Amino acid sequence: MAEADNETTAKGEEPLLSVRHLRKSYGDHEVLKDVSFDVRRGQVLVLLGPSGSGKSTLIRCLNGLETIQGGEIRFKGEVVPNNSEKAWRRLRTEIGMVFQSYDLFPNLTVAKNIELGPTKVQKRPKAEVDEQMDRLLADVQLSEYKNAYPRELSGGQKQRIAIVRALAMNPELMLFDEVTASLDPEMVREVLELMLRLAKRHMTMIVVTHEMEFARRVADTVMFLENGVILERQSGSDFFTNPETDRARNFLDSMSPVGDE
Amino acid sequence: MEPLAITDAAGAAYVTVASGAGVIFTGDNLTRLLSGLGTSVTVAGLALIVGIPLGIVLGALRILHNPFLRAILRLYLEFFRIVPTLVILFLSYYILPRELGVQVDGVTVAVVAFGLWVAAEISDIVRGALISVSDHQVDAGKALGMNGLQILWYVRIPQSVNLMVPATINLAARVIMTTSLLLLISVIDVITVGQQIMEANRMTHPDAAFWVYGFIFFLYFIICWPLAMIAKALEKRAKERNNG
Amino acid sequence: MSWEVIQRALPLFEKAFVLTLRLSAVSVVLATLLGLVLALLREYRVPVLAQISTVFQELFRNTPLLIQLFFLYYGLPSIGVKWSAETCAVVGMSILGAAYMCGAFEGGFTGIPRVQNESARALGLSPLQMIRHVTLPQGLTRSVPAVAANVIFMVKETSVFTVIAVPELTNTARDLIGMYYRSDEYLLMLVVAYAIILIPLSVILTLIERRVRRGTFGDN
Repeated sequence: MAEADNETTAKGEEPLLSVRHLRKSYGDHEVLKDVSFDVRRGQVLVLLGPSGSGKSTLIRCLNGLETIQGGEIRFKGEVVPNNSEKAWRRLRTEIGMVFQSYDLFPNLTVAKNIELGPTKVQKRPKAEVDEQMDRLLADVQLSEYKNAYPRELSGGQKQRIAIVRALAMNPELMLFDEVTASLDPEMVREVLELMLRLAKRHMTMIVVTHEMEFARRVADTVMFLENGVILERQSGSDFFTNPETDRARNFLDSMSPVGDE
Repeated sequence: MEPLAITDAAGAAYVTVASGAGVIFTGDNLTRLLSGLGTSVTVAGLALIVGIPLGIVLGALRILHNPFLRAILRLYLEFFRIVPTLVILFLSYYILPRELGVQVDGVTVAVVAFGLWVAAEISDIVRGALISVSDHQVDAGKALGMNGLQILWYVRIPQSVNLMVPATINLAARVIMTTSLLLLISVIDVITVGQQIMEANRMTHPDAAFWVYGFIFFLYFIICWPLAMIAKALEKRAKERNNG
Repeated sequence: MSWEVIQRALPLFEKAFVLTLRLSAVSVVLATLLGLVLALLREYRVPVLAQISTVFQELFRNTPLLIQLFFLYYGLPSIGVKWSAETCAVVGMSILGAAYMCGAFEGGFTGIPRVQNESARALGLSPLQMIRHVTLPQGLTRSVPAVAANVIFMVKETSVFTVIAVPELTNTARDLIGMYYRSDEYLLMLVVAYAIILIPLSVILTLIERRVRRGTFGDN
C-alpha cells in the first residue's frame, strides 16, 4: 500500500476520482487555482497545507458542496456536470463525508441518525439497514449508545458515529474534513484509530488533517497545498522524510513538536 | 365613534341592580358577552387555520434561491409590515364584496384580512426559524444525498419547530386581541354586545361603561395571558435545549 | 379613481398626517421612558415596584388597545375622570407601548454577560453607577432592534385611535368614505400616507440598528 504513487496512473486502471484544472473563487479571491490529481481505488490521499491553503475548500468541492468556476471532476470515469446539484445528489450517496463540526442531527437518536440516509435517501429496507448498523456500531464499540441522543455523547463518540453514519451508505469514497480539529486531545486517538482501520480495509479515503503523526501512518500519498496550488505530491513516506520543496519542509518543521527527532 | 344604540329587550328587562358592575351578571348579559367573545375567538381561530398553512408554504418558499419569488414574497410581507391591520381590515371590507360581486358578511371579511396578515407573519417566523438551522447541519444532510425537500423535512423543520411554536402562540394571542377591531366592520363581537348592554342600562346605571369595559378588558386578559405564558415557557425550553 | 377627489381630500389628510405623527412621537417618547424605568425596576429587583412592573407589563401586553381606549374614554368619565380624546389616545398608547418597551429593554439587559455585573460590583460601584456605566450602555444597544420593532408597531397602532374619534389618518379616511360614498381614493391615500411615514422610519431604524451593532460588537 505504501509504494510510491505514480503521477500517471497505471495503465488500464481507471481512477476512482479524477480532478482536472479545478478552479474555485469567492468573488475576486481565487481559492483553488488549476488543481489536478487522481485517486485510485483503495488509495488514502492526505491533503496537507497551512490554514487558508484551500484544502478544506478542495475536499468540499469533491462532494459538490461548493460551486466551482472551472475544470472537470470525474467519478468512476464519468464527468460530473459542473455545479449540477442533481448529479451531485446522486453521487453523494456513493461518497461519504465527515466534517469538522459535529454534524449529527441533534434531534435524532444515534440509530435514527444512521438509518436516515440509507432508508430515506437510498430507500433500502429498514431491516437490512438495521442489521448493518448493528454490525458497524459493534465494530466501533458504541452499540450501547444506539438509543442515545448526540448531546449524551463525547466529541470523540460523536465523530465515530458520524463516520458510521457515512459508512452505512456503503460509500466507495470517504472524505474527512479535519474531523479531529475540534476534539479534546484524548479523544483524537479513538477517531484516528477508526480511520486507520478503514484504511487497512482498503477504503478509498481523502483526508484533510493537521495530525502529522496520523498523516504519516495513514497516507499512501500526500498532497501539499499552498495558496490554492498543489506544490507537491509524493508518497507518504517520501513526503515526511524528504520533502521536495522548501515550503513543505518549513511547513513540516512548524508542525512537528519541539524535540521531535 | 358612539356606541351603537341597539336596545335589546332582554338587556332592558333586568335593570334593578344598584352598581354598574351588577349589570354584567344581570339576566343573560354574561352569556351574551361570552357568546360575543366566542365570535371573536372563532374569527381568530379561522384566521389562524387559513393563515398558518399558507404562511408555512410562503416561509419555506422564501428560503429558495429564486430571486423573483423572493422579491414577490418579501413585498407581500412588507405590505403587511407597513399597513396597519385595521387598514387591512377596511381594505378587505370595501374591496372583497366588489371583487367577488356578492354580499360578504363581516366574519368572512375579517377571516380573509386576518388570514392574509397571519400568513405574512407566519412566513417570517418560519423563514427565520428555518435559516437558524446551521449550515453544517444542511451540509450533513446534503452529504447523505438528500434533496431539497428531504433536507427541509428531515433536517430544517425538526430542528426549528421549537422556535416556530412559541412565536406562533404569541401571534395567536395578538390575533385574538386584534379581533377587538371587529366592531368597526359591524360584526357583533364582545364589545358590541357590551355596548348594547350599556345602552340598555344607560338611565339606571350610568357607570356601566366603566364596569363593562373593565370586564371585557379582563376577558381578553384571561385568554391572552395564558397563551403568552405558555409561549414564554416554550421559548425558554427551546433556548436551554439549543445551548445544552 | 378620480384625481380630483384625491386633491380635494389632500388638505384633510395633511392635517391627519401631522396629527398621526405628533401623537406617535409623543407616545413613543413617553412609552420608551416609562418602559425603561419599568425594565430597570425589574432588572434590579426593587421590592414591590418590580412586582408592579411585572403586573403592568403582563396586563397591558395581553389586552387590546381598543379596549384600553374605550375604558379610558367611555369608562373613566362614568366615575368622574374626564379626558379629551387626544389625551386618552396618548395615555393609552403610552401605557401599551411602555409594556412592550419594557420587554424590549429587558431582553437587552438579560443579554449582558453576568460577569459584567459581577465585576462592576467587585469594583464597588453603587446600583446607580452600575446602571449608568454597565446596564445602560451595554443593555440599550442590545435593545435597539426590539425597540425599533416596537416603534413601528406603535405608529401602526395609532390607527386604532379612530374608535375614540381622534381625527388621525384612519379616522379621516373613514369619515370621508362615510360622507362621500367613495372608498378607492381614500383607501389609497390612507395606505400611501402610512407608507410615507413607515418606509422612511423603518429604513432609518435599520440604519441605526446597523450602526449600533457595528459600534458595540465590532464589524460582524
